[in-house]
Amino acid sequence: MQAYFQTLCQHLNSQLQGNEVWLANLRGELSDFARFNQAKIRQAGQVQQQYLKLELINGQQHAFSRLSLSGDLAQDQARLSHSVQQLRQQLSELPPDPYVLYATEGESSHDVQASQLSPATEVVSELLDTVQGRDFVGIYASGSIYQGFANSFGQQHWHQRDTFHLDWSIYLHADKAVKQSYAGFAWDSATFQGKIAQADTQLAVLRQPARTLSPARYRVYLAPSALAELLTLVGYHGFGLKKHRTCQTPLLRMITEPKASLNPQIYLSEDTANGLAPSFQEQGFIRPASVPLIEAGHYQDTLISPRSAQEYQVATNGANEYEMPQSLSMAGGQLAASEVLAKLGTGIYINNLWYVNYSDLSGGRLTGMTRFACFWVENGEIVAPINVMRFDETLYHLLGDALEGLTSERDLLLDSHTYEHRSVESMCLPGVLVDGVRFTL
Amino acid sequence: MHSTLKQRLQNSLPAVDFCSFRYVNFLSETVSVRQSVAQAPENQDDCGVMVTILDKGGYGYAATSDLSEAGLKKAVQQAQQWAACSRGRLVAPMDLHSCPPPVIGEYVHKVQQPWHSESLAHKVALLQAETETASIDSRIVDSFAELEWRQLEQFYLSSHGSEIWQQTEYLMPSLRVYGNQAADTQRRSFGGGYTGQQGGLELLASMNFYGSGRRLADEVLQLLAAPNCPSDRRNLLLAPDQMVIQVHESIGHPLELDRILGDERNYAGTSFVTPNLFGHYQYGSELLNVTFDPSIEQQFASYGYDDDGLSADKTYLIERGILKRPLGGFFSQQRAQLQGTANARACHWNRPPIDRMANLNIEAGDQPVEQLISEVENGVLMRGNRSWSIDDSRNKFQFGCEWGQLIENGQLTQVVKNPNYRGISATFWRNLTGVGDANSFEVLGVSSCGKGEPNQMIFVGHASPVGRFHDVDVFGGA
Repeated sequence: MQAYFQTLCQHLNSQLQGNEVWLANLRGELSDFARFNQAKIRQAGQVQQQYLKLELINGQQHAFSRLSLSGDLAQDQARLSHSVQQLRQQLSELPPDPYVLYATEGESSHDVQASQLSPATEVVSELLDTVQGRDFVGIYASGSIYQGFANSFGQQHWHQRDTFHLDWSIYLHADKAVKQSYAGFAWDSATFQGKIAQADTQLAVLRQPARTLSPARYRVYLAPSALAELLTLVGYHGFGLKKHRTCQTPLLRMITEPKASLNPQIYLSEDTANGLAPSFQEQGFIRPASVPLIEAGHYQDTLISPRSAQEYQVATNGANEYEMPQSLSMAGGQLAASEVLAKLGTGIYINNLWYVNYSDLSGGRLTGMTRFACFWVENGEIVAPINVMRFDETLYHLLGDALEGLTSERDLLLDSHTYEHRSVESMCLPGVLVDGVRFTL
Repeated sequence: MHSTLKQRLQNSLPAVDFCSFRYVNFLSETVSVRQSVAQAPENQDDCGVMVTILDKGGYGYAATSDLSEAGLKKAVQQAQQWAACSRGRLVAPMDLHSCPPPVIGEYVHKVQQPWHSESLAHKVALLQAETETASIDSRIVDSFAELEWRQLEQFYLSSHGSEIWQQTEYLMPSLRVYGNQAADTQRRSFGGGYTGQQGGLELLASMNFYGSGRRLADEVLQLLAAPNCPSDRRNLLLAPDQMVIQVHESIGHPLELDRILGDERNYAGTSFVTPNLFGHYQYGSELLNVTFDPSIEQQFASYGYDDDGLSADKTYLIERGILKRPLGGFFSQQRAQLQGTANARACHWNRPPIDRMANLNIEAGDQPVEQLISEVENGVLMRGNRSWSIDDSRNKFQFGCEWGQLIENGQLTQVVKNPNYRGISATFWRNLTGVGDANSFEVLGVSSCGKGEPNQMIFVGHASPVGRFHDVDVFGGA
């Protein structure tokens, strides 16, 4: 596909007039998807897709088009030619955009890992054999994911990974289930069987009668996957320069109130060097290995897209258009995972949260539900699963004055989302122990 | 084009028990302005085919953007491979007898003022005018206006003899204004962000888009000066642009039959509704009438046929508060042995159909809004959703709105900010004490509803009058 992309880029060069510039981003995948319910197949198939996003620029006028590519060179070249003409017409009708910014020089890159994937039909057959007798529900996705960038200045980047991602739950009854995932580059049967054995152990605990908690404040341990739900929401609005400057960040109080901060143990960064996402972005800028976002509980830096860089007259750090993290990392602490239950004492062990949203965005106040395997703990021992509960609490409490500790161990959580395409985002997070979290419903 | 495509698809039909092709051509153009600065327009041209095969008890699909005969045949082979792999392993039998009956049909929605009848420069200018008129005060820190146009052309052809052409166009105007004062930022959105309809530029006038920038900015400043919503239990009046999300989350999703059958338990969640409840369960008060209605011409998800080729008709899901039937397409109906609706939908050519909301509406009642307000001694009106959260069984919810206004002794009084409320679906709708008449009925929609594995983001329509509920837990911010 890389060679095909290069051929299309040569065609784009032949279409330019005058001082026009083009930027092209290709994103494609060849994916097998198998969806499961009750340890059987619900739907299974293959998707081949490749999209080229073309930006045509002339001075301060610019416009985009996003085309699905057929793979037929003559047809795709004809559609690109038509698209260039359409964009050129649009540029003639547009006022200047003072915030257009793109890379005009820089190195090219090529980052491809050889595939170690097994055929999806083989893996699916094997995993279904393994989970028989369980109420197994979820999805297996595998195949090549590739992203390319090129521009009329001759810069080129290519990033390709062949990965699999199995995301599943095993249900006991009603909404009582264990949630797990397994992702990587090469399927290992023993690893998967080990995870299923772990699930069986947790399911045994779920068989205890569930406890319904009353609205009150409780001590809480948030496992890394639960913390990821919180930080995914915060990432939508929390770390971009534009949201910062227009006061739309949930960390607004940290800007307007000098004393407002998170706990000094909180260190958050965009850790491109250790994530799965490519190091280049859509305007050709290269991301630094790491961008510190929160250090010792205080704002350090923001994610700055080229557009915001131009608008606010600062340097870009290669953020995407939405200025959202793609490889968010939180530093671990001193709490050993093996000591979590003892340190929690009496409270709620939360493996997963769900549907987190804001009660008050400006105040940094969030709400959400517990989901899957969450447990009531007494004197350091798991006593019973809990029925779902709603929390409603501020970030300044959860990750601020009530934060008692972070685990030294961290989990690398690969995003299983497949909206439009298979995600390459990830988070690397510890678990957190928090006192006095408010539950309302 | 149509005859060429049809011939190519027919030539690619394999010798299997059942095969369907679903061709989708999606065009869109988005024009946007932020704080009077025109953003780069974005155009989309997305075209592909989904092949679905049922053969000897197996099921498989394949999606490709290569529409050549060679490309289609390759996709057919991939679908056959998955059909072979799934044979004997499917969660429910899918065979020759479990396919929708063949149908030949067409559905075309005609627009009055086509998108391309106005220049790009004109569209940019009208959006600039809205953001410029929003700049009425230094506390207005951001404003954004956008017009998104979509055209969707679909052709469904099956080996059983189905041939369905459908073509629809959509306009989605949006406008948001933000104001800030110290540690408080408030937002107001045009139509609460739920304003997409089928049609062309004629919708801008009927939706009252013109002049909204100034109105929203005024309201943002009122919110910045307002106290927080009180925290107590009281009557709650929901405007249609909040009823939309209340219906979506606490009626629409729980009634999706694939959730009830467990398909979504690993991602979007399950449902507190169980199959044995249909026909007798008291979902809401007697004032609650909910329909699946693909027949309102301008509504977002009006269509003639769903993506499995099933003919779509208006159907009551809840009538006088009693739960009647689920939102389940043909295959889900077969699995559950329940009557459903024509709501198997896919977001694009590259995802398989699953049970979705389409147009899910609250039928209008007979009370003017003024009467609904006048009967309230102590309450609050909320409009314009800004936050939503509900558990995976679609029961315990919390919603937040942009705009609140107290109701005291039958009168709308003080504006309040950060209005939120929480409740439980299974009991909330039973507290419905008033439904607005046709004058308060608004045709709205949700442009991005996420569900499915692999994930699918799709648009759905909701139309609703004002609704009034008693004894609701409301609260404010900070």
